[in-house]
Amino acid sequence: MTGTADALLQVEGLTKAYPGVVANSDVSFAVAPGEVHALLGENGAGKSTLVKMIYGLVKPDSGRMTLRGAPYAPPKPSIARQQGVAMVFQHFSLFEALNVAENVALGMEHPPRMGELASRIRQVSQDYGLPLDPDRLVGDLSAGERQRVEIIRCLLQDPKLLIMDEPTSVLTPQEVDILFQTLRQLSAEGTAILYISHKLEEIRALCDAATILRRGKVVATCTPREKSARDLAEMMVGETLTPPARSAKAKGAVALEVRGLSVRSPNPFGTALKDISFAVQKGEILGIAGVAGNGQDELLLALSGEVRTGRDIIRIDGQGCGDAGPDERRRAGLVAAPEERLGHAAAPDMSLTENALLSGAIRKGLVSRGFIDWPATRAFAEEIVKRYDVRTPGIWVAARALSGGNLQKFVVGRELSQAPTIVVVNQPTWGVDASAAAAIRQALIDRAAEGAAVVVISQDLDELLEIADRFAALNGGRLTKPRPVQGLTVDEIGLMMGGAHGMEVAHHVHS
Amino acid sequence: MFILEKRPTPSRFWMAATPVLAVILTMIAGGLMFAILGKDPFEAIRTIFWDPLFGEFAFYLRGQLLVKAAPLVLIAVGLSLGFRAGIWNIGAEGQYIVGAISGAAVGLAFFPTESRLIFPVMVVAGALGGMLWALIAGFLKTRFNTNEILVSLMLVYVAQTFLSKAATGFLRNPEGMGFPGSRNFSSFPAAANPELIAGSGVHWGVIAALVAVIGAYILLSRHILGFQIRLAGQSPRAARFAGVSPNKLVLLCMGISGGLAGLAGLFEVTGPAGQISIDFNVGYGFTAIIVAFLGRLNPLGILLAGILMALTYVGGEMASTNLGLPSAAIQAFQGMLLFFLLAVDMLSNYRIRLSLGRAA
Repeated sequence: MTGTADALLQVEGLTKAYPGVVANSDVSFAVAPGEVHALLGENGAGKSTLVKMIYGLVKPDSGRMTLRGAPYAPPKPSIARQQGVAMVFQHFSLFEALNVAENVALGMEHPPRMGELASRIRQVSQDYGLPLDPDRLVGDLSAGERQRVEIIRCLLQDPKLLIMDEPTSVLTPQEVDILFQTLRQLSAEGTAILYISHKLEEIRALCDAATILRRGKVVATCTPREKSARDLAEMMVGETLTPPARSAKAKGAVALEVRGLSVRSPNPFGTALKDISFAVQKGEILGIAGVAGNGQDELLLALSGEVRTGRDIIRIDGQGCGDAGPDERRRAGLVAAPEERLGHAAAPDMSLTENALLSGAIRKGLVSRGFIDWPATRAFAEEIVKRYDVRTPGIWVAARALSGGNLQKFVVGRELSQAPTIVVVNQPTWGVDASAAAAIRQALIDRAAEGAAVVVISQDLDELLEIADRFAALNGGRLTKPRPVQGLTVDEIGLMMGGAHGMEVAHHVHS
Repeated sequence: MFILEKRPTPSRFWMAATPVLAVILTMIAGGLMFAILGKDPFEAIRTIFWDPLFGEFAFYLRGQLLVKAAPLVLIAVGLSLGFRAGIWNIGAEGQYIVGAISGAAVGLAFFPTESRLIFPVMVVAGALGGMLWALIAGFLKTRFNTNEILVSLMLVYVAQTFLSKAATGFLRNPEGMGFPGSRNFSSFPAAANPELIAGSGVHWGVIAALVAVIGAYILLSRHILGFQIRLAGQSPRAARFAGVSPNKLVLLCMGISGGLAGLAGLFEVTGPAGQISIDFNVGYGFTAIIVAFLGRLNPLGILLAGILMALTYVGGEMASTNLGLPSAAIQAFQGMLLFFLLAVDMLSNYRIRLSLGRAA
């Protein structure tokens, strides 16, 4: 598989840096014809940037690629497709009001006549066991069927290399089986597949080889079948995990308690929360890990008060407040910073001043008898900008004009500046450059040291192990029992995150 | 190739300039249309935009401008609050009618009593009538998640049927020899809404419109409710995060816009229209939607837009009588105004760039 001569795609020393973050650093690997090759890594490990370079969406800063021995540097996806590289994205680009054949035609450079195309779609869908009717409206299809449209769109181009980005995240188990059969058949016919995932069992079941990325670098290459899921998790997470020795200082009384929280997701594709229980003491940071889409958003909504529950399911300082809205919870001392900065934590078209008012009105006393105290609001915004080093020309600037990292500093700063007794953050450093991320983590630790109870929901394991006192994982809407970070091994973390051994085992261990 | 590029921050200059640009484009396109109809475009535009203000009959027409602008502004200010919050009350026409009927009915019930209290009570009844009519759509939306656009619009037709029943049935003038239409309020001073200064066109509705403009301005710029309205419209999830209850906002915005539309109806029927008749309403409730957008959903902008729209009404009428322009052409002209306004609106959020070839 490593030989240059028989490799289909050879990647050598690819590097891509964005301002403040190196997405890929000197990445090399090779894919043989017919090989199913996994790219494994946590969120933010650089998988997406890597395949975007292979597909011609992103231009590498340095490094080179060869395809079938010839130099390969696609300036845009259409050139990549011409050379036999196709990609199925995690998010579909389909028009719901058009039928399957029309959608396929839209993605083609030179679409044939509709009738001919429809019969070719039927042919391909039969050949590869992907049942799909070309005349049906995409709007009527399930997520799995929509993915088939994207796959068939790729297969019609007769690709030599098929890139699949997290293909099973939207599929039911039955649909996953169908997909895997198709992929195995393609592989048997000589099509190589680059399979991006962080689901370890899937990779063990499907892939011939795996390249493991961590913080933009290749940390290991292996044959997944020969490794246990534990080994893979360890490689993905890294063996250098050394939880910082946080002073085992005495914690205060329980500030936030959640008991038996079960809630349906307000989002049709969301994850319902199932019987979640935990308690956080004053001065303590609870880290909640988990792969994306396992209930993180829903947990934040339930804690912030945007989704309400029974009164005594969530208690703040012993007082039931599950039925209270965000305002009442803020009054009780709980602040929250959602994952999505633009559109949820902040209004994109509003100025920083107005965004400071958005969640700061109550605890900072910016409104009296219904009227807004604009001078005080401006002062509050200035204070956040100064204290949290938000780079902006001024507080009159619209939130959407700020870079992601700067806006995140503003959002987290806005919440922490309200002297909260409970802080809930989701993905506090997602997409934030290293120095800003460090500043945000430090701010969270400082707030806890001042006596606040802090809940950090994050997909960045390193982050959680660095700042959390206790650690729990969300998996399919369930939360494992929180355990002290100190003394936690990588094996145990893998078990808690569940993806490696399935939920039954994870629950068996903790029940 | 022209490329639209999103501005990092909305341009304040273009936010103010787009209505002016829209008016200029309307004049050009409208002038072309008039020319095709065989009329002198310059004369037509002058008749519509200049004569009512400074022409021979301006002394009378200026008052008419206020009479036409007042209900438009009053309704549009209310609608603009909902539109800003993303709540689309399209049925102001119906709320206007129901406000007029309920206010008039209360007044006529007291006929022929003379008391200074009658008119204020009618004002309250008119506002309540419009408010409750609008809240039907609001309640159905919050309770059953129906679409307020459809429900409020359909309620217009219900209100119109109700109006013809009132004019020919329960509110018909008993001394009217069987003609449809209620008693004329000019012969019932305690319930009438006369010109406050003779010849000026100023009646209580004009005062109410000005108060509404100032009130809405303060609400939007200084009050937390106005902030929540703007927030909910721009970013519904951020609004929920900020603790805004979407249902509360729907009821509030529907209530305010319906109440103001009802007020406009009451002032119209007791003043300029004079009586409940089958067709006393002339579509102010629909035109006010244009006025709200023409004024950029900003209270002060709506004031100017209402006067501008009144100008096209008064001037348009002049043009159709003096120049023989078909009334459909005048309506098309008004439609152009909204069209161009929406079209150039994107300039405040986007800039147009000329791209030479394909820049990689």
